[in-house]
Amino acid sequence: MNKKSIFFKDSAFKYLVGGASMVVVGFFAMIFVMLAIRSYPSIVNDPLMVFGSTWDVNSGIFGGLPAIMGTLASSAIAVAFAIPISLGMSVFFTEYAPRRVRAALSVVIDIMATIPSVIFGIWGLWIIAPLVKNYVQEPIIGSIGFIPLFSGPAYGLSLFLASLVLTFMIVPIISSLTISLLSSTPAELREAMISLGATRWEVVRHVALPFSKLGIFAAIILALGRALGETMAVTMVIGNSFMWPFSSVSLFSPASTITSKIASELYEAVDMLHVSSLIELGLILLVITLTVNFSARLIITRISRRGATQ
Amino acid sequence: MRLISRRSKEKLIIAALVALTGAAVIPLLWIVASIVWNGVSVMSIEFLTSLPAPFGSTGGGIGNAIVGTLIINLFASGLGIPLGILTGIYLSEYAYDSKMGSAVRTVVESLSGVPSIVIGLFAFTLIVLTFRHYTGIAATLALGIMMIPLVAKATEESMRVVSNDLREAGMALGIPKYNITTRIVLSMAKGGVISGALLAFARISGETAPLLFTALFSFYWPTGINQPIATLQVLIYNYAISGFADWVAKAWGASLLLVLVVIAINVAVRTLGRKKYGGA
Repeated sequence: MNKKSIFFKDSAFKYLVGGASMVVVGFFAMIFVMLAIRSYPSIVNDPLMVFGSTWDVNSGIFGGLPAIMGTLASSAIAVAFAIPISLGMSVFFTEYAPRRVRAALSVVIDIMATIPSVIFGIWGLWIIAPLVKNYVQEPIIGSIGFIPLFSGPAYGLSLFLASLVLTFMIVPIISSLTISLLSSTPAELREAMISLGATRWEVVRHVALPFSKLGIFAAIILALGRALGETMAVTMVIGNSFMWPFSSVSLFSPASTITSKIASELYEAVDMLHVSSLIELGLILLVITLTVNFSARLIITRISRRGATQ
Repeated sequence: MRLISRRSKEKLIIAALVALTGAAVIPLLWIVASIVWNGVSVMSIEFLTSLPAPFGSTGGGIGNAIVGTLIINLFASGLGIPLGILTGIYLSEYAYDSKMGSAVRTVVESLSGVPSIVIGLFAFTLIVLTFRHYTGIAATLALGIMMIPLVAKATEESMRVVSNDLREAGMALGIPKYNITTRIVLSMAKGGVISGALLAFARISGETAPLLFTALFSFYWPTGINQPIATLQVLIYNYAISGFADWVAKAWGASLLLVLVVIAINVAVRTLGRKKYGGA
């Protein structure tokens, strides 16, 4: 082999891997460009229409506010449900569970993170929805239904059910990150607490949790990002009503999200303005999720720097 | 005086933690149980190999959707796995601590946080709206892009853990860098790269949202990648929300098949990986 051909191959390979990376960067940039181009008709038509409160395909009015609020509300409720469950499981896992239970739990967390969204959807639609209607919504509406947030009627398919199914989908995200944070608590700190006669819970409460506070916060933000963009399970159980929260603010009413609207309407949309409004909603979702994920990454980078300097 | 002693508080807390753990574990067992319970009854050779029966009549199967998912996954892998591996090599060997490298790494990480439906919208705007035709190609593009960050991250991580001594030994022998990279570092990291690619394949097998308005659905055998193609994922969605009892039963059967495949790939990757790297 002569020197020239080695040099050529060496630089060709360098350009190949560099070029492939540029293609990936190009795809990422193109997502923004294409969504912006295709939502142009709707933006030109009326820049503020996407923030209107009415969505009426037949009259050509496409206000996305109910969907945007549904996305934010369902994700926020799901995160609120998921925080105690995930933290409880993580503390149990790292501090109390015997080795065998720990092995079983880590399999459970792995499988939970693997199950496709559409499977959560069919389970929520056919198994959970009737139970939620009969055993959660009806008793609550019967007792405290005069509060607008819990007013009836009980449909089963609702914002509440979507939040509940989302909860189970984001628990593995928060748990797996929290478990690795809690188990990296410095042993000296733990041992110092134990030598002072602290119970296990006191060690968790005063050492392990404060030590990983920031990381747990980042894990929660990451899970929020995932919940905001979740599509199939939400579309199948939220009931796709375009009125919430303007007709009724009840958690038990059917609602819609940005993703459920796109998933249930785009394939049959014929009107150009309709298609373009749905794409504009997608662009809004992209900006929201990227902002959320980026803030989580910033926190994580700060934590790993802190770890490196200590 | 304390109302409850520290030891009884400890017991109460253990009870609460067990309850919260149960709240996470029970839904998973419940999902798996209901899929097996409802799915097993429709499983048969006919179910797995034949076309859907015409609407309203019972019988038929999901054969075309199984073939469709396989076709789309294979084409998507053809796009996503090479691009992912090359990007991973670039990040690990050529631009690990350069500014360019950290920019590419940020993009790859951001790409993994883009909701799958938005990536589907991208394929829809680029291909379906341009050619005014629903096509499997758009679905392939969307799922291929979704694989890239997963494969790139696995490749970068498993190449970074290869000891620098090996790279230096190669350089001392005068081996050109592309040979060090492919013959030494990449071959050491092979296991991790293959695991990453398999997990990415499992991940896209369950992705539904980007297919709804790209590959659409079809009641016939796939005739070409440029046509609407039935997939298992979209079949589960369409049949589950149809409310027609026979279709709902078939949706459960398809769910069972999908979950079995996805879990099997994950379990295989994890057990093989443990044997190879765990030492014991």
